Amino acid sequence: MVVVQGDSMSEENVVDHLIDKQKPAAAPVKSAVDKFQLLPEFLKVRGLVKQHLDSFNYFINTGIKKIVRANDRIVSTVDPSLYLRFTDVRIGKPSMVVDAISEQITPHMCRLSDTTYAAPILVNIEYISGSHGRKEKMIKNDVVIGRMPIMLRSCCCVLYGKNEAELARLGECPLDPGGYFVVKGTEKVILIQEQLSKNRIIIDNDKKGNINASVTSSTEATKSKTVILMEKEKMYLCLNQFAKKIPIMVVMKAMGMESDQEVVQMVGRDPRYSALLLPSIEECANHGVYTQQQALEYLEAMVKRSTYSSSSAEKQENRALAILRDVFIANVPVRKNNFRPKCIYVAVMLRRMMEAILNKDAMDDKDYVGNKRLELSGQLISLLFEDFRFDFSQYIVRDSITNGLERALSTGNWDVKRFRMNRKGVTQVLARKVSGPRALQPSQWGMLCPCDTPEGEACGLVKNLALMTHVTTDEEESPLISLCKCLGVEDLELLSGEELHTPNSFLVIFNGLILGKHRRPQLRRAGKIGEFVSVFVNEKQRAVYIASDGGRVCRPLVIADKGVSRIKEHHMRELMDGARTFDDFLHEGLIEYLDVNEENNALIALYEWEATPETTHIEIEPFTILGVVAGLIPYPHHNQSPRNTYQCAMGKQAMGNIAYNQASFMSLVSIIRNVLFLTSDLPVIAVRPYGLATLPFASRLDMISLGLVRNATVAVMSYSGYDIEDAIVMNKASLDRGFGRCIVLKKYTCTNQKYENGASDRILRPQKNEERERVLDDDGLAAPGEIIRHGDIYINKESPIETRGPLKSAAALADVKYRPCAQIFKGTEGESCVVDRVALCSDKNNNLCIKYKIRHTRRPEVGDKFSSRHGQKGVCGTIIQQEDFPFSERGICPDLIMNPHGFPSRMTVGKMIELLGGKAGVSCGRFHYGSAFGEPSGHADRVEAISETLVKHGFSYNGKDFIYSGITGCPLQAYIFMGPIYYQKLKHMVLDKMHARGSGPRVMLTRQPTDGRARNGGLRVGEMEKDCLVAYGTSMLLYERLMVSSDQFEAQVCRACGLLGYYNQKLKAAMCTTCKNGDKVSTMKLPYACKLLIQELQSMNIVPRLKLAEA
Amino acid sequence: MSEQESSSDEIMSSEEEEQQQKEGFSYWNLKDVERGQLPPHIRKQGARVHCKPDAPTNTETLQYSGSYASMGVDNSLRLDPFRENFRIKVIALDKDKMEFDMIGIDAAVANAFRRVLISEVPTMAIEKVFIANNTSVIQDEVLAHRLGLIPLKVDPRLFEYLSANDTPNEKNTIVLKLHARCNQGQPRHTVYSQELKWLPNGSEFAKESEKPDSKPSTYTSFSCSQDSQPEFAGNPISTMEDIIVAKLGPGQEIELEAHAVKGMGKTHAKWSPVGTAWYRMFPEVVLLDNIEGEDAEELMRKCPSGVFDIEDAGNGKKRTKVADSRACTLCRECIRGDEWEKRVSLHRVKDHFIFTIESTGALPPEVLFTEAVKILEAKCERVITELS
Repeated sequence: MVVVQGDSMSEENVVDHLIDKQKPAAAPVKSAVDKFQLLPEFLKVRGLVKQHLDSFNYFINTGIKKIVRANDRIVSTVDPSLYLRFTDVRIGKPSMVVDAISEQITPHMCRLSDTTYAAPILVNIEYISGSHGRKEKMIKNDVVIGRMPIMLRSCCCVLYGKNEAELARLGECPLDPGGYFVVKGTEKVILIQEQLSKNRIIIDNDKKGNINASVTSSTEATKSKTVILMEKEKMYLCLNQFAKKIPIMVVMKAMGMESDQEVVQMVGRDPRYSALLLPSIEECANHGVYTQQQALEYLEAMVKRSTYSSSSAEKQENRALAILRDVFIANVPVRKNNFRPKCIYVAVMLRRMMEAILNKDAMDDKDYVGNKRLELSGQLISLLFEDFRFDFSQYIVRDSITNGLERALSTGNWDVKRFRMNRKGVTQVLARKVSGPRALQPSQWGMLCPCDTPEGEACGLVKNLALMTHVTTDEEESPLISLCKCLGVEDLELLSGEELHTPNSFLVIFNGLILGKHRRPQLRRAGKIGEFVSVFVNEKQRAVYIASDGGRVCRPLVIADKGVSRIKEHHMRELMDGARTFDDFLHEGLIEYLDVNEENNALIALYEWEATPETTHIEIEPFTILGVVAGLIPYPHHNQSPRNTYQCAMGKQAMGNIAYNQASFMSLVSIIRNVLFLTSDLPVIAVRPYGLATLPFASRLDMISLGLVRNATVAVMSYSGYDIEDAIVMNKASLDRGFGRCIVLKKYTCTNQKYENGASDRILRPQKNEERERVLDDDGLAAPGEIIRHGDIYINKESPIETRGPLKSAAALADVKYRPCAQIFKGTEGESCVVDRVALCSDKNNNLCIKYKIRHTRRPEVGDKFSSRHGQKGVCGTIIQQEDFPFSERGICPDLIMNPHGFPSRMTVGKMIELLGGKAGVSCGRFHYGSAFGEPSGHADRVEAISETLVKHGFSYNGKDFIYSGITGCPLQAYIFMGPIYYQKLKHMVLDKMHARGSGPRVMLTRQPTDGRARNGGLRVGEMEKDCLVAYGTSMLLYERLMVSSDQFEAQVCRACGLLGYYNQKLKAAMCTTCKNGDKVSTMKLPYACKLLIQELQSMNIVPRLKLAEA
Repeated sequence: MSEQESSSDEIMSSEEEEQQQKEGFSYWNLKDVERGQLPPHIRKQGARVHCKPDAPTNTETLQYSGSYASMGVDNSLRLDPFRENFRIKVIALDKDKMEFDMIGIDAAVANAFRRVLISEVPTMAIEKVFIANNTSVIQDEVLAHRLGLIPLKVDPRLFEYLSANDTPNEKNTIVLKLHARCNQGQPRHTVYSQELKWLPNGSEFAKESEKPDSKPSTYTSFSCSQDSQPEFAGNPISTMEDIIVAKLGPGQEIELEAHAVKGMGKTHAKWSPVGTAWYRMFPEVVLLDNIEGEDAEELMRKCPSGVFDIEDAGNGKKRTKVADSRACTLCRECIRGDEWEKRVSLHRVKDHFIFTIESTGALPPEVLFTEAVKILEAKCERVITELS
């Protein structure tokens, strides 16, 4: 399962200051502290990509060192005293090695030159050199073992800690939040992967309905999966290393638990548990296993014999024990062959299973977010890195780390060879056709956006984080463990099985490891431990879970004491004045992070005035349950839910200004943006700006400072009949004045190739007598600013005819023959583009590389797609002159007309409120807000207040105006709902799609016309279209479409043998290949595909014979 | 074209109407109408738009002169009564905005003026831009588009249209030059529209000649300087001031020549001489009931545009009166709620138009209107000549 990440920025923003200080007139019942300002502050500190940066930083600073330390020694198999040891590893500064000179690089340089933004991985090594007795320890520092792609704005990045001016100097947009990689010039993000928690006991039903307890263990050294299964009332262990299921009591005995009584005690003395355990104990006895030795022998027989295990033959007798030690529940360490912790762990697993049998509620839900861990870029890269390092010695030479990381990032194929379980990857999970994991989980509340998910295949599997979600990274365990001990946790070692489950005591489980028990658990909040450590009491299981591992999702909440919020008015005032930051709130214990499990121990009130004395926490703002994209919808809580989901998908297709440095982008294939009177509008109805929202790659849209499209004055009425099926009617004068204009940029690259014989391509000065050489400069390249049309040459290139053979001397090169190889611009005919930018650089092979950015300014035309922010898309149906457009009593003429039929079935009431609020906004000159669920807290204007404003300015309270027809001049017979709505232009434009062809290219194999617009293909008369023609009886039309205009072929068919012959050009006669004569050969027409089929069948030893008859 | 018999006077006395309202409407109660006259409710339907709370009714005008022929009523347009009834009252006039009342005319004709004003009165606007240098952040096309929308303060009647195979000359083209630069070390420079300088002698850019020996030519072929013409002698052509064209950073420069030609708003909105031109029908507010005391004050409070006022009804009572029906914006607050709907009635007079013209600056609004009339006249003449 994948979690897509919605990201944003932590910049204070100009518009923030524009927010009108006057609050909408919605006074809540109890005067509550307005906590809204915490959100921008939160984003300022954390940013929406902070989790990616944190994760990557953790990997760079800690993770990579751990991995190297875990297997730091490579020992020669021939002479064990020869070894190589890594003493330290670190990542250097991003740089590139050009001609053996290391050169600092910036991300923008990489984008421009199509290279990877990477830094060298440096290691210090220690090795034994010399041979035959003379051995010497050598130390070498700063050896480069590969290059690590660097996440932008991470601690290794050159952009780290730079201010706005410095960023501008580096060619970087200050609004860009980073969190992505630049791989071969393209920007790549690593999506968060969702996985089941590691090292936790999960009780679940398997396919047959049997209850099982499974643990996926993951440590630095191994990863394994242990399943304990209940089948026919007996319990078994399933482990990959064992060929069959093993009775669990045998395993217990093998680990030294020879006494059945102790096992029963460990599980718990409740007779119900003992009764459930009895069949298992009996089975063990049936197998004749009573002692540890017997158990081990039994297991030994079960161990899978791997085919190449001969080398470890001497260890054979210990294999079962080794498996139990290293593979079985690998996360529980075995020190000095003390299996007791493992036994207790198994006992706890058994107890949990029995609880589940007795009480179905005790079953774990796999889809529960608290049982999930999110793997971020750092973890994913470390997985890869670990894998590459695994077989180090042979890789180090061949640059495999560099290439491997680069390949994984650019293709997205995360092949981890070492752990077979990971190889299947994402696709396997996607194939699951059950609805469970796709459904909205109640525990997603506040963590994952309920709206933002794609439709169709990936629906519910691809998720987006909510606005304030934070994903944790690993934290150091040992201080927490010792803290627990100090706080009175009784060590497991000192407990007998009997004591384990005594009433009034709680087990303390730390990151899936049983620490011990505590008699009087009390909850925390001393502020001394890390902010993301989770402590959670499970009353049912009588256990305290402490978690500090990475990948848990958590979110900040305001702490309440007996229902009274700890945040007071003065705190917020200090925040506004800049005297206080979000972190101060955390340190002072006003706000804390809760993860999904902890939320179960908390009673969270939505608003301050709803808090009761039992309330422990209060939400910061209710709309933070939405993600970044859904958060941009005004009044989403008034819309039908799927509309918000559609808008989330559509918002990513909308045009906008990507970044301040977009003009210098050469790497993006197409940058689409609008250019409305230099800037585009801010929405009149805005969601209260919560900092900047920037989505890298899918499309970065930044509503606030960069804007999307326009506030269009929309009249909801029928006009002209060209507005059916959601089409919109547009005002020509508005388009003339710049409504919805956009620039489409395309990149063309051309390399000046060098060939093996030393010859190379050359660029010639144009002769200037041809029309198509019009745009070329004297250097043979089109100049920036030139208007370029379809068919124009933009590089006057020539290639040598002879490219192979030995290296030629300089003299020989002089008379190399060239053939013209001019680059011709293929645009849309009749449209003129402009050369925006020409860049010369050298590529990887040191060839000259010429890059063109060609720009095309487009005004909206019939068929272009537009959408409001409520999942209401529509194409432009027709463009009408302004004088024909209706106008209001105040002379206002709408920019576009939308058909009212768009409303009843869609139920997008939010759009209506947006229109109303927009109208009030423009008439009173104040931004209105429509944040989700914002009415009670005053972050969304109420309709009543809006109506009042409208009336004050002479409009009808319901937003409907008295309108005159522009054609007849008479008033219309209805009042028209008219006002501004924020409209986005989507990237789908007819110019890129329209296509028709007469004759054209054909596919070589079948001789049928090609398919698709890119290949200038034909339009297929498909099966259903054929059926229509058949139904009409238009046989000649069918014949013409399917044969004459497609792949008609004249074949020679032998009437004697029924096989295909050929036409002999020499004899000027048709011949049959099989009969070796031409006596009975007739000529007939058939589709080439048919002839092909006949021949293909023949190649498979099937002889299709044609029987011809006179027609 | 038809024109109903009209007058701006009250058609039904309020008593008559009141009576009708009380009794409930029935055709049988109607008095007989003399031949050659229309019954009052039909006359009212023809003369007023009734703005009910849910939707306006009686919005259309009569399309056919013989609509009531069976009743002996001919409502074809007669010149003499039209001449008598037609009035124009200028309410407000300044250099770029005019509001006037046009009384005694059909909506179709008023609309024709509006349509002609928006799309058919010609002006001069920049059509071609020759960019010699543009190192600013704003793209050439966008810059050209912005320049096109700048209104030129020049009388378009002095120029001819430039047709496809014409060469640009002093009769059909105005050449403007823009050269702006922001020197290194200077703060950001904002280019305003007044930096466009008129070149009365035509283009200064030399055309790249096909033959090297031919004498250098420019992009225009002016036979004489435009400022030698009497109209422009002491009156150089300029643009609307204070419109931001572009912003230049240090070291950026724009050098271009803009050629303005004559055109019409229907080709492109930049040639439209008006920001917008529109009319509204004259509002008529009728009180169907005596509204007194508390209600009177409530009604006055309700109306945001101050249509109602309170008069003294004698013996200390307060009574609502309609003080300023012209101010009505049709917010329909006064007829919101069932009860009020029965007491106040909102109407629009169908032959009284409050016309507003907002000029962009090329011509003053009153001239624009006369131009529009002339264009409509020419169109009518063309129809007549075509027909005869």
